[in-house]
Amino acid sequence: MPRLVSHPDEVKIVTRRFGMGASKIDRYLELDGYASARKALAEGSDWIINEMKASGLRGRGGAGFPTGMKWSFVPKQSAKPKYVLVNGDESEPGTCKDHLIFLHDPHAVIEGTIIAGLAIGAKMGFIYLRGEYRYLIENVERAVAEAYERGFLGRNIFGSETEFQVIVQSGAGAYEVGEESALMESLEGKRGVPRIKPPFPAVVGLYGGPTVINNAETIATVPHVLAMGGAAYAAVGSERNGGTRLFGLSGHIARPGVYELPMGYSLRKMIYEVGGGVRGGRKLKAVVPGGSSTPVLLPEEIDIGMDFDQVGKAGSMLGSGGVVVIDDQTCMVEFALRTIKFYQHESCGWCIPCREGTDWLKKSLTRFHAGFGTEKDIDNIQYLAENMMGRTFCPLGDAAAMPTLGFVKKFRKEFEDHLHGKPCPYAHHPEVELV
Amino acid sequence: MSAEAMTLFSPELAARFDALVERYPVRRSALIPMLLYAQDEVGYLSDAVIDEVARRIGITPLDVRNVATYYSMLRFVPAGRYNIQVCTNISCMLRGGYRIFEQFQERLGIGHKGVTADGVFSLEEVECIGACCWAPAIQVNYDFHDELTEEQVDAILDEYRSRSQKAGSR
Repeated sequence: MPRLVSHPDEVKIVTRRFGMGASKIDRYLELDGYASARKALAEGSDWIINEMKASGLRGRGGAGFPTGMKWSFVPKQSAKPKYVLVNGDESEPGTCKDHLIFLHDPHAVIEGTIIAGLAIGAKMGFIYLRGEYRYLIENVERAVAEAYERGFLGRNIFGSETEFQVIVQSGAGAYEVGEESALMESLEGKRGVPRIKPPFPAVVGLYGGPTVINNAETIATVPHVLAMGGAAYAAVGSERNGGTRLFGLSGHIARPGVYELPMGYSLRKMIYEVGGGVRGGRKLKAVVPGGSSTPVLLPEEIDIGMDFDQVGKAGSMLGSGGVVVIDDQTCMVEFALRTIKFYQHESCGWCIPCREGTDWLKKSLTRFHAGFGTEKDIDNIQYLAENMMGRTFCPLGDAAAMPTLGFVKKFRKEFEDHLHGKPCPYAHHPEVELV
Repeated sequence: MSAEAMTLFSPELAARFDALVERYPVRRSALIPMLLYAQDEVGYLSDAVIDEVARRIGITPLDVRNVATYYSMLRFVPAGRYNIQVCTNISCMLRGGYRIFEQFQERLGIGHKGVTADGVFSLEEVECIGACCWAPAIQVNYDFHDELTEEQVDAILDEYRSRSQKAGSR
């Protein structure tokens, strides 16, 4: 069972039922569960979308798109059925927040899915979890069965004339499927390769019907937004960044864990107060602020508020909220190599700049880390990464290129220290084969 | 239906598949979960499994293979009874994931994607498994083991070895 953590600075909205047995429906109902779905059913679509817009809630998967606006793009009239798709294919390295949501509060995900369905006029929703999360898939399936038994799902939800069905779907191992169009392909029983946009899923999505796709954390937040009221939720966060976020502190941090903090919370405080600083009293070398695809920040760059806009201004991204802390004993070339090794493994191969780019970056970095690099390789790595940017159907190519550019730019000296056949001057376990 | 297809899956799994293909707007939406559940029971995606899944969905075996080869959890050769998956991605790497992986390699005498001679264990280095805040982490089949220390490696192997003996003597 993953360990739960706590800190006085936390504002527990999404996590407020964690550790309270709320995965069982009776307990969830005692803790005000399904009240927001009932209210949404009574108030109707326009009210829901207005509250969501007022909340300032932005997509927790990483892109940070305003949820209310996304829902409002779905056409009211549609010849084809509309769908809600919950993205629980959590796979971005550094990210494990949805893991806890599915474990401790699966009904919040179901309730949020119902509300999204009411907002856009869908009769069916899918909750897609990565296949490795089998015990969580079973937990969500059990919760869905409970909701059906109570009549919260089915032909006449909460005794109304409205129908809403939920299907829990298992993936089978693929980071790329976390990309929204690849997710739809996978759910249609195909290889998870991305679709070209436009058309956007809100117009042509799953089975060709208008589809809203939201991250599991976003969906789990929805019932709380309606319970508090959009404006009250917005007031918790920073400007244009409503509410809280589940930040996952990992790596060389003294107290790793998932903490729910207001949007805009200081990164420095997050590391040194909430997370207890760098493990073993070591010095901070770098921070990856929002999952492995976000460009690295230096110790002098951590006096920023953690919201989409401020992290963007600092030259990185808030991403998935996975904050990876790196101490001064770490080889950044090795870290860059491990990062790119992941993207090379996960590139679906559909777009050539990504397929070839990640492969060449891995080869170059492997050779470089082993001490066989040349000065020109550093520029080549940068050149390769720059030429992947913006040239692919989906953002995986960018996700590989952006952090690589960050590592080369900010740690060029470490790259230079690896030149001319020297063994890695930083690595502490060079016996590890990284190919 | 061939006699082999009748006995390929347990009656429970066959019934589950009957329900699964009917539940979606499109039958082939059942494909990926079916392949995974079939693999859980049979051990891997044998030719017979692929043919039978194709028949149940109503697509060609080649189409099934085309999809199945995309997904990293699906395999076409048997793994050990307990498949040990060690995460070495960034958050786990920073907390000793590679040392854990090396230890499993030493203890089992096999490398990445290897299977022990007795078929009890197989080993894989895997990408992020979503346990970054509880690193280093591994999965044995579907069970997570979080915040591992090097000392725990032997205990984990002993635990599964004794489970395997119990299962074998049944």
